[in-house]
Amino acid sequence: MPEAPLPSPERSERQRWMAVLARAPEASLAAALAAEPDLPAFTHLRRPEIGMAMTRGRAGGTGIPFNLGEMTVTRCAVQLPDGTQGHAYLAGRAPRRAELAALLDALLQAPSRRPRLMAALVEPEAARLAEARTLSLRKAAATRVDFFAMVRMG
Amino acid sequence: MYVAVKGGETAIANAHAFQAEQRRGDAAQAPLTLGQIEQQLGLAVDRVMGEGALYDRGLAALAIKQARGDLVEAAFLVRAYRTTLPRFGYSLPVDTARMTVLRRVSATYKDLPGGQVLGPTFDYSHRMLDFALAADAGEGGGGEAPGAPLAEAPLDPAMPHVTALLDSEGLIQPEPPAEPDAPPPGDITRDPLLFPAPRDLRLQSLARGDEGFLLALGYSVQRGYGGSHPFVGEIRQGPVAVEIVPEELGFAIDIGDIDLTECEMVNQFKGSRLRPPQFTRGYGLVFGWSERKAMAMSLVDRALRAGELGEERRGPAQDEEFVLYHADNVEGAGFVTHLKLPHYVDFQSELELIRRLRAEAEARLARASAEERAAADAFATAAV
Repeated sequence: MPEAPLPSPERSERQRWMAVLARAPEASLAAALAAEPDLPAFTHLRRPEIGMAMTRGRAGGTGIPFNLGEMTVTRCAVQLPDGTQGHAYLAGRAPRRAELAALLDALLQAPSRRPRLMAALVEPEAARLAEARTLSLRKAAATRVDFFAMVRMG
Repeated sequence: MYVAVKGGETAIANAHAFQAEQRRGDAAQAPLTLGQIEQQLGLAVDRVMGEGALYDRGLAALAIKQARGDLVEAAFLVRAYRTTLPRFGYSLPVDTARMTVLRRVSATYKDLPGGQVLGPTFDYSHRMLDFALAADAGEGGGGEAPGAPLAEAPLDPAMPHVTALLDSEGLIQPEPPAEPDAPPPGDITRDPLLFPAPRDLRLQSLARGDEGFLLALGYSVQRGYGGSHPFVGEIRQGPVAVEIVPEELGFAIDIGDIDLTECEMVNQFKGSRLRPPQFTRGYGLVFGWSERKAMAMSLVDRALRAGELGEERRGPAQDEEFVLYHADNVEGAGFVTHLKLPHYVDFQSELELIRRLRAEAEARLARASAEERAAADAFATAAV
């Protein structure tokens, strides 16, 4: 994998849905596909495969990169009859989830399907992730220290 | 000389069955599930992921169960498993400034932007055993936790790194990013560790190093073996997104989050002929919620920078060969525990050697004592 500049906060819509699909539970992905009309046949460009990515950090948080340690990753790539390719890379060992995510990535690229899948799957999953994050951050906020000065008498 | 011998197959098979029975323990107890280990022994899982150098909570939990809770053995199991997996590539460097910060403390500034956020911590607890947890699950011991209180407003996780505050005043040694044409960072899983080791390889070695070893070295630095008077600039913990750039896509994709602990240690530096006095940095970054290790790592990282800062190396923590060759507990455990394996032929030759040396020494002693006795007898005769 080539080095690339840090991604800007403005991500393409595809990057956004791929990030959501990478975190969505298998049941949600399967339910969205089950509800999708006229599912095309697809072929595997790459069958679901479990492997690793070496994660990197930066010295001091901002300095030279270094290899921190590996993580498990599952990937899958599919192709629709019209040639559209769908890809999935996700943290952990989840072949079935990667296959569903790759298929959904392909379907989401079709303008005819995208609004429906965004509304039925991607947006609700993104909202669920945001809600979980907010809940964690509310717990963390409750542990923020409020300092007050002790008044010394006399 | 090597002599091939065979034997012990039955003994080994039976020993493994005995081990499996011991692992299961009293059958009256419910067996542990991986989910229980992952959820309720999460810090053990974190340690195994860090020292096993593979982030996968489920694999670490399995390794802990299989190793009967021996975390060094579990890290070994994880390291062995990783050799069976293909590597798809490298991630972009994680951006800890974009962490979903759930804990963040600084010992250098009381009122820093974002504040002191304690998060889930053992700090300020009295370290008294909580016998409420000892009650059976049905009696409330394994039951519902009280539930973490919720603030009205979530924490704003966009908090500046403390060192950035010092950086803006030029008071701390800058951490220059890599040159655009710099080679990719070295990887000790692919290439042998050579000395002098650059900082990227040192950090990789420390990140997978044994927590106990790093803790002892960090402690030694504080006690004067290469001391540098450290302050915790900042510790932050929480999940961080990991991004990779698959070749077939050519753009970065976010594949999920990993929990990380980051420690920035701020150290005094009195300056040198070429540099004015300023603070220097030690850095720790570890998988999971591993605060003690991240702190120890940052102390040792700073100590190992003695060379580049022109400091005299006075303590073991400053000796990079000593530190980096001995930080890995999988290698260390392998070499120490191999001593229990059959060394029959080696030992037989040692045994023969020591018998011969003893025979020679005894003959010499016998001669010497005979001469001494003769001399003593002569003296006694003369005295009479």
